[in-house]
Amino acid sequence: MQRRHFLQTGSALGAMGLVTGCATVGGGSGPKVVVIGGGYSGATAAKYLRMWSEHKIQVTLVEPSDAFMSCPMSNLVIGGSRTINEITTPYDNLTKRHGVKVVKDRVNSIDADKRIVKLAGGAELTYDRLIVSPGVDFMWETLPGMNKAGAKDKVMHAWKAGEQTVTLRKQLEAMPDGGVFAMSIPLAPYRCPPGPYERACQAAEYISKAKPKSKVIILDANDDVTSKGALFKKAWSERYKGIIEYRGKHNVTDVDAATNTLKFEFNEDIKASVLNVIPSMRAGDIAVNAGLATANKRWCEVDFLTFESKAAKNVHVLGDAIQIAPGMPKSGHMANQHGKTCAAAVIALLMGKEVNPMPIYNNTCYSYVSSKDVVHVASVHRYDAEKKTMLAVPGSGGLSSAANELEGVYAWSWAQNIWADTLA
Amino acid sequence: MKIQHALTAAALVAFSGLAQAQVDPLHVRSLAASCAACHGTDGRAQPGMISLAGVPKEVTLQKMLDYKAGRIPAATIMHQLAKGYSDEQIAAIAGYFAAQKN
Repeated sequence: MQRRHFLQTGSALGAMGLVTGCATVGGGSGPKVVVIGGGYSGATAAKYLRMWSEHKIQVTLVEPSDAFMSCPMSNLVIGGSRTINEITTPYDNLTKRHGVKVVKDRVNSIDADKRIVKLAGGAELTYDRLIVSPGVDFMWETLPGMNKAGAKDKVMHAWKAGEQTVTLRKQLEAMPDGGVFAMSIPLAPYRCPPGPYERACQAAEYISKAKPKSKVIILDANDDVTSKGALFKKAWSERYKGIIEYRGKHNVTDVDAATNTLKFEFNEDIKASVLNVIPSMRAGDIAVNAGLATANKRWCEVDFLTFESKAAKNVHVLGDAIQIAPGMPKSGHMANQHGKTCAAAVIALLMGKEVNPMPIYNNTCYSYVSSKDVVHVASVHRYDAEKKTMLAVPGSGGLSSAANELEGVYAWSWAQNIWADTLA
Repeated sequence: MKIQHALTAAALVAFSGLAQAQVDPLHVRSLAASCAACHGTDGRAQPGMISLAGVPKEVTLQKMLDYKAGRIPAATIMHQLAKGYSDEQIAAIAGYFAAQKN
């Protein structure tokens, strides 16, 4: 009742110009939403919650990083055609333009019964609805050697953009001509299906210019390339012949960081000059610890109309942490779409309005096969009321016919637009 | 052929006007937001991409129908995405962006 009352007076205040983006940061008495994690889904949800509620909902975003660093485009930093600064966006526009309160901290625990989020710094945040968008964390238990002292400082995953991205670039630069760069790919599902293959292209382009006697070996736990297969294989055989070697069905079971050696389920060990191990992944720690990862204790099942968790009321889960619908990739673009769908649903739920009964959104995913030429995969997904999940719209979507420079321009433009849509 | 396209588009505009009136505008907003990752929030794009904000409804609608029907030979991605939306949804999206300030 109190909430309803506020919403009425809230609009009156808004009409008088008292409720504006900046003026209400952290203040006001509207419904409270806490968002955990400022990635593609969480930051988008925070922004759109403010925008679409006309600033009536108070939004607090909890994020430990100083700035947003994009996983999409981060392979270009590894290849050397872009810098980490070019893929970094500050969070301040969420506050300045939209009145999102950004708290730089980590979440220790969630009390879904009392609707309280406890932060590492000691503060407690209460909420009416909680959005959990923690991304992924790694299943280090599947690679015992990576838990030895120093292993994680030496062998990069670089599967969360940031310091690891920069370090992997430096390791490639320091690699002698004739060295081997070996990268391992986990069994699907994992964040960004085509990402590892794009990374191989980026490493190979750099190597072809800077150290042509070197090689890139891709050790893929999957039977075959999991995304854009024909397009990547064409690039490898035509552009990077003799540089990239692809081996499917190579499931890494351990890593000896001291000797830079990969160990496999069935195959012989491989020793390399630089290792890049992309471990198996699951929903981020906070989601798993809060009991939200109901699918194999790995991914979080949600209601696709609202993204509300199937395990906890008033708690929504977004982005790479969710148990995906059929054909739905774990991508930044998709996470951005989750953020908006959830924001609209949360506003409807808090304001007693109808939730959109048929969400529809798309995925657009560009991969750079060189520093300029790009291939895409696209799809459109809509809610199926009978199956209660998102399904690809028959006849929609598809791939590039061939790598091309025009899509290279579009890809970089996509990045500028999605960063702005998510954070500005 | 061209006249026929124009007529089809005109009929759709008229029809979608009706359909849109029945669709909750908040849901149209969500529908249009699915374009924003590439074309900018409310269709106001960053440099290098086409802005949709303020573009007359008929223009966006016709362009999308052309993409959908494969009538734009140099298409890279939009012909694939357009096929995922019904003509009525496209008309509603086009109407939403036409009403946005650029």
